[in-house]
Amino acid sequence: MDFNALQRELKMDFKVKLYSESWNDSSLGNDKSKSSITNICSQKPQLKWDDSSSPDCDMRIDSPFPKFNEQSESLSPRSYDHNNQIKIHDQIASQARGMLFDVAKHKDWDPQSMLSNLSFLEQKIHQLKDLVSFIVDQGSLVAGQQDELVAQQQQLVSADLTSIIVQLISTAGSLLPFVKSPLPTPSPLSGQLGGTSSVERSPNVGMSKASLHNNDGSKGLCNSDQNKHMIDCVSDHNCTGKTNHSHSMSSFDDHESKDEDDVGEGDHLPPGSYEVLQLEKEEILAPHTHFCLICGKGFKRDANLRMHMRGHGDEYKTPAALAKPNKDSSSEHMLMKRYSCPFVGCKRNKEHKKFQPLKTILCVKNHYKRTHCDKSYTCRRCHSKKFSVIADLKTHEKHCGRDKWLCSCGTTFSRKDKLFGHVALFQGHSPALPFDETKGTAVSAGGETAETSNRIGSIELNVGSNSSEGNNIQNVVDVKGGADDPACYFSPLNLDTCNFGGFHEFPRPPFDIPEGSLSFFLSGSCDYNQNNGSAPSSDAFS
Amino acid sequence: MVKKSRVVDLEFNPFDLLSEEILFDILDYLDHNPFDKKSFSLVCKDFHTVESRHRRVLKPLRSELLIRAIDRYPSVERLDLSSCPRITDDSLAAISNAYKFCLRSIDLSRSRFFSNAGVSNLVLNCKFLVEIDLSNATELTDSGAVAISKASNLEKLWLARCKLITDIGIARIGIGCRKLKLINLTWCLGVGDLGVDFVAVKCKEIRSFDLSYTTITNKCLPSIMKLQYLEELTLVGCLGIGDEGLATLEKGRTSLKTLNLTNCDNMTPWGLPYLTSRVTCLSHLNLTNGSVVTEAIANSLQNLPKLQSIKLDGCHVTCSGLEAIGNCCILLRELSLSKCSGVTDEGLYFLVKKQKELRKLDITCCRKITQISVDNVTKSCTSLTSLKMESCYLISKEAFTLIGERCHHLEDIDLTDTEVDDAGLMSISRCTKLSSLRLGICYNLTDNSLIQVGKICRELVELDLYRSMGITDLSIAAIASGCPRLEMITLAYCKDITDTSLVSLSKCSRLSVVEIRGCSSISSAGISTIALGCKQLTVLDVKKCHNVDDAGLLPLANFSRSLRQINLSYCSITDVGLLALANIACLQSMTVLHLKGLSADGLVSALLACSGLRKVKLHACFKSLFPQAFLEHMESRGCVFQWRDKPVQDGVDPWVWRHTARMNANVMYLLDEV
Repeated sequence: MDFNALQRELKMDFKVKLYSESWNDSSLGNDKSKSSITNICSQKPQLKWDDSSSPDCDMRIDSPFPKFNEQSESLSPRSYDHNNQIKIHDQIASQARGMLFDVAKHKDWDPQSMLSNLSFLEQKIHQLKDLVSFIVDQGSLVAGQQDELVAQQQQLVSADLTSIIVQLISTAGSLLPFVKSPLPTPSPLSGQLGGTSSVERSPNVGMSKASLHNNDGSKGLCNSDQNKHMIDCVSDHNCTGKTNHSHSMSSFDDHESKDEDDVGEGDHLPPGSYEVLQLEKEEILAPHTHFCLICGKGFKRDANLRMHMRGHGDEYKTPAALAKPNKDSSSEHMLMKRYSCPFVGCKRNKEHKKFQPLKTILCVKNHYKRTHCDKSYTCRRCHSKKFSVIADLKTHEKHCGRDKWLCSCGTTFSRKDKLFGHVALFQGHSPALPFDETKGTAVSAGGETAETSNRIGSIELNVGSNSSEGNNIQNVVDVKGGADDPACYFSPLNLDTCNFGGFHEFPRPPFDIPEGSLSFFLSGSCDYNQNNGSAPSSDAFS
Repeated sequence: MVKKSRVVDLEFNPFDLLSEEILFDILDYLDHNPFDKKSFSLVCKDFHTVESRHRRVLKPLRSELLIRAIDRYPSVERLDLSSCPRITDDSLAAISNAYKFCLRSIDLSRSRFFSNAGVSNLVLNCKFLVEIDLSNATELTDSGAVAISKASNLEKLWLARCKLITDIGIARIGIGCRKLKLINLTWCLGVGDLGVDFVAVKCKEIRSFDLSYTTITNKCLPSIMKLQYLEELTLVGCLGIGDEGLATLEKGRTSLKTLNLTNCDNMTPWGLPYLTSRVTCLSHLNLTNGSVVTEAIANSLQNLPKLQSIKLDGCHVTCSGLEAIGNCCILLRELSLSKCSGVTDEGLYFLVKKQKELRKLDITCCRKITQISVDNVTKSCTSLTSLKMESCYLISKEAFTLIGERCHHLEDIDLTDTEVDDAGLMSISRCTKLSSLRLGICYNLTDNSLIQVGKICRELVELDLYRSMGITDLSIAAIASGCPRLEMITLAYCKDITDTSLVSLSKCSRLSVVEIRGCSSISSAGISTIALGCKQLTVLDVKKCHNVDDAGLLPLANFSRSLRQINLSYCSITDVGLLALANIACLQSMTVLHLKGLSADGLVSALLACSGLRKVKLHACFKSLFPQAFLEHMESRGCVFQWRDKPVQDGVDPWVWRHTARMNANVMYLLDEV
């Protein structure tokens, strides 16, 4: 355990630094701080967008956990005395679960073996608990350490964790005897301590990887992620059926991609998980991103470049040269690239303490133009809406003026017969005149909605980036999106759309989503209890 | 009037004894002649005041006098502005301020220059408006419609040719004016199914719905047919209405009585059975310019037990179809087969065989029928009051005597372009109730028969002797003395007519329409006698009366204060005469073509002086001679110029004329049949 002790020290350092950066004083991981955050959030639920992950995740730490305990009765109650314990427990369980899909599907369910497996897991969890609690206890001493050291620590910790996880996964597999994974069989975890490459291959394991990163980067993210896994395990165990499972899986990929979009800053990640690139403003605004190395001609798409390259010689005509680079087997092992916005102060800028990287160059371009550039494209119909991305303009123009049929109640309709149906239905309503002046407003109103719906896409991108100190524009957009979108996350009726609010934000299994977002706002909601069938949600807040 | 004015001379004014109520009662009886009330009001100040307060209906003849007229008549309920082409928002404001509580009906169908704001002002002030005629308000937009929708008491609304009004406007009217009983949306091209449907849903009280020449389709028919009280539906020229729409109509009890499907080209014969099985209360059906009427289609009419009137003008009818109509429609009172191809003696025989009650028959331009038909028709339909058989020139002279012998109740007969002769007309003159007699292009007629008509037909109101060349002054004298009610006479191209006829006609005080076109013997003297005698003269056509000059126009200008319309083409009029016409305040239409004595300047001054003018027909050569400012000014007054560029026409031989006319008509007829 000498090695482990070192790791503990290192990890502890890192952890403390992280807390001091992103959580200020409040989230040292004890229950008090958690509940306070939860309270804040329930009072001001719109923070959900702005504050990105922290409160929701925190809450989530508590909620699914007792449930897991109930399933695994042999677990000692001590294990969740402390938040960090819980976290690690979670983590391990989730890692284990990732492995379940490999191992468990060939076995039949045996309560005896399961019980022993659970006991084993408990043991392992205790080990991890000790490790992390040590880190926490020693946190203040190493707060001033430099980044390089932190990176080192991080590497060590992750290596340590991975080794534990590998063990756990192999044993935990027996927990779920009849998992029928709809996914292609994930490749077994490689022996590497970093585990990155194998992690990338399968969404499940990728998730565990993400949770690993999160664990390093942000406590909240990590927890929510792990909880998700826990619940998945539980639900699988409870024979919730293949439908649910496949559902969870199908949305899993999506999750993961968002995950990756939202993961913490690269500096704190283990090297090799992904690298952060930052393009210069000029590069971003350049019309072309792909340039021919021979003649220097620029292209917007690399496919076009490849087509172009054929003219430079036969060597560029081979299937390999023409193939999409991403599909290469080698690229699978390459580092994932994430992008940072060159605008300092932007949440998408790597200097930001809640940095959330952009996934592709296209995202960078659109983000930069939308957020930091003048809106130079004006709608030619309504002459009021402006856009900086021409595609946004085109989308807007498609719908602009469509809702020209206006009722006296202010409702607009894209079709006249709909307006007349509306007017015929409601006493006292009458169709409003399409005056030039009213037309203008009507059009702009329609345009607004159109634009809002346009921006939903960008909201998805920006969701995680809207920090509490996020700029006003983004907030406004979000509010609009929330108001326009039926996804009004206060309403329990709109659970599904609710989910989407948190869906992209928090890596969380789909099962958890309705309960999670619901319980977040409605404590003690029956939905939550029904689904979990065990711990009352009030426990979550205790 | 005369008696009363004598009484005024006495020292004691017995009129003081007449209470206002009595005077009102007296005034109630003075309805027929507009001059009576004028005289009444001139008796004394009291009478003037009483008459002013009594008047309920006001029809101003000049826009610029409107304000004063409003001042004088405080309790007008019905304001007919059809003679005022220029009604601005200010005028409407004055009207709405003056008649806030009494105005019930306003006719703005012939007026222009008012805007949405004026309509809005009117509707907001006059809260008890029940009828608004805004036809031809082509500038009226949806905001005008919104203004109209504030008139919650509105029951009748005419919006013909308000092309800028859209579904939105109509819907607003439907929401605002729930009491609408009549709505006319003819030529409202902006109105479609949605608007009509909406109005039909909202205004349940609608009795009469006119949707002619709109773009409506079958979609709005169901809701129209659900209107509980709908009695009259006019769908002239609705090309969007087809058989499918009728087929999908619910079988239900509708109150529809009158249905007009004229020019609905997409209605095929096969749609009619659907229709007849759905609207069983129908009494008047108009299928003008419809499709072929065969036996099968006609048989479907038996579903309409209350059918009284069928118009099949311009349809192709078959013999069996006519027979079926004759068998199915027992109660038929009115039948119009004008311009129907396929009407033969045989078909007509089967048709009228059982129609004992037929009152009105129109067989205009059924050129195949002969005296046999006349025999059959007169034999069965003895109660005929109206018989129109223009251009049935195969009917022999002898047949016309049968009409007079058998149909004693005739009031209206049209024998234009037939072979009717003196014997026939003398027989017809037995119909003492005859009020309208049309004898155009009847070359066989002479004075003998017309003198007889003048002696017997004392009820005659309209007499048309267009190109009946055998007529002389004697006939006219007899008519003028025998028919005091005569209001309209056409003596066009009766070459033998002279001033003497006009002198005798001047006794007919009710005469209002005089057409003496092409009577070259008529001179200014005759015109002046007419002007002196016929104070109610409104239309005068003296085209090609070469002898009429300024001397005739001066008395006309002085005495015929009611003159609205005058045609002076080819006369010997100069600037002086024309300028004198400016004295006629209500002159509205003037045709002055080929006047050699006219100068552009004289014309300009005359036209400027005639402030009530609305339509002027001029030779195109003047267009370039008039200053642009003048044209703009006239236009702003509401005057429309019609430029004609016809060469000078000389008289043609009447026989040649008739021959060519018939030939032309036949060519058209044959083309129709093809």
